[in-house]
Amino acid sequence: MSEIPKNLKYSKDHEWVEISENIATVGITLHAAESLGDIVYVDVNSLDKNLSQFDKFGEIESVKAVSDLYVPISGKVIEINEALLNNPEFVNEDCYDKGWIIKLEINDTKDLEELLNSEEYQKII
Amino acid sequence: MINKEQTLLMNQSKKGRKAINLPSIGVPETSLPDSKFLRKDIELPEVAQLDLIRYFTNLSSLNYSIDTNFYPLGSCTMKYNPKINEQISAIKGFASSHPNQSDENIQGNLEIMYDLQNELGEITGLPAVSLAPLAGAQGEYAGLLIAREYHNHNNQKNRNIALIPDSAHGTNPASASMAGLDAVTIKTTNEGDIDLEDLKNKVNENVCVLMLTLPSTLGLFEPNILEITKIIHDNGGLVYADGANLNALLGITKFGELGIDICHSNLHKTFSTPHGGGGPGSGPVMVAKFLEKYLPYPHIKKDGGKFIQYKPEFSVGRLNGFYGSFGILVRAYAYIRSLGAEGLREISENAIINANYIQERLKEHYELTSSRRCMHETVLSASKQKEDGVKAIDIAKKLLDEGFHAPTMYFPLIVEEALMIEPTESESKETIDKFITAMIKISELSKTNPDEITNAPLNLPVERLDEAQAARNPVLAWEKK
Repeated sequence: MSEIPKNLKYSKDHEWVEISENIATVGITLHAAESLGDIVYVDVNSLDKNLSQFDKFGEIESVKAVSDLYVPISGKVIEINEALLNNPEFVNEDCYDKGWIIKLEINDTKDLEELLNSEEYQKII
Repeated sequence: MINKEQTLLMNQSKKGRKAINLPSIGVPETSLPDSKFLRKDIELPEVAQLDLIRYFTNLSSLNYSIDTNFYPLGSCTMKYNPKINEQISAIKGFASSHPNQSDENIQGNLEIMYDLQNELGEITGLPAVSLAPLAGAQGEYAGLLIAREYHNHNNQKNRNIALIPDSAHGTNPASASMAGLDAVTIKTTNEGDIDLEDLKNKVNENVCVLMLTLPSTLGLFEPNILEITKIIHDNGGLVYADGANLNALLGITKFGELGIDICHSNLHKTFSTPHGGGGPGSGPVMVAKFLEKYLPYPHIKKDGGKFIQYKPEFSVGRLNGFYGSFGILVRAYAYIRSLGAEGLREISENAIINANYIQERLKEHYELTSSRRCMHETVLSASKQKEDGVKAIDIAKKLLDEGFHAPTMYFPLIVEEALMIEPTESESKETIDKFITAMIKISELSKTNPDEITNAPLNLPVERLDEAQAARNPVLAWEKK
């Protein structure tokens, strides 16, 4: 069973989000990382863009497949994990910490109502 | 025989060794002038002729091909390429003709292309055919350009959406994007059929075309195909069939009779021309009569008693320099003519029987995607084996140890741990039984000794490669240590 931190919120597309004041940090879940297998490339082309909830913000490529990445919450992309771009294996090694992908500046948290908590996410995987 | 100690040619180099010793020519020698074209920084190996010959001969013996063993690569239709096709395409008039010769000089070649156009039109029920596309993806691209041009011509430039099921080949959305269309995903059911509700929700006045694969990438025939084509037509859109799986339909049904307007066919799959590094591809595009005027050129027609190349009235243009892969067209023509209509139908029937035989024999051992009868390929899931730590990729690697090419893995994406197996009609029951035995052995082993699978392959020149590292940090050239 994949580890699912209780302090995060989850999308049905297997992204996690952590809110700290008006900054949302986004990554993919351990379940997603394990399903994809070894990640070889992370591509984010949305820096400085304003995105709505569930918009595509980039792509992630593993030895098996390329998948789209979606923002679990509306906001402006203000930072990309530069270290991750050169070390995509961080997603496999530590998807909830070193493997974070982007940070968003958010206006409010009402989008969170559309997301799942750890117990609800556990049920869908 | 496997020599794991094979040393790279570069590393066999010994100063002064030569492959050929020429006799003295009896005239004074001069050294080459200094020039920027004479680069001294390139390391070239100095080896004896015998070592050179052994090196390449041993490497060549490692090649795996349909001529050496079973190749159950789903969706790729790795069938046998009868050698008579090679002999016919090597006839001097075919092999030596030049693409710049005038039409009068190559009437025989043009006649073959004309006949092949008609045959593919008859087989698919879409009578207007262009042989120009050089591969399946270029056939898709040509088909989408035709669809777009048709709408433009009817003052519907707004139609810029390609509806594509989530089970599609990756080339479909890529081709749509190349053709300037926006790909919109249509959901499929667990069995890979199009979700009709989702289709109805997404169809609108901006839809250019629906691209669907038939049989689907799960190897199943779409039961609602007539309803699907009606929904699209009622909204003014066109329907494109990806003919990658045409091997299942020959002589059984025709795309044209199902309401499909455009399709392509990979000659290098269904019509047994070499592929997978063995030869250039060919992906003719077939369309309904009302779309003929948009076909790429050159298109071949018969005018009086002569065969001529011409440009259709509203042609989408040229796809490449000349005629497509002419040598491949001759091979496909030879294949179709040697089988005839009844023979072609038997091809598909036997491909379907072989795939269902494998599905039935393996369903106790691997999870089936669908309980329905499959068409020419079956998609299994290694989800049971995964519980013991054995994934689809491990099973694929173990099959290499057992002497088989691996099936297609992790596709379609909607199937967990997918193993997609396509035996084709070429294989004997004995060969298929050996493969089934190996698959059952691997399934048993996953319960008793999973390490033996997850460490495979052990009997090949190289053991398990680090695929992630190879993708992250590829080393593409020899470097001096």
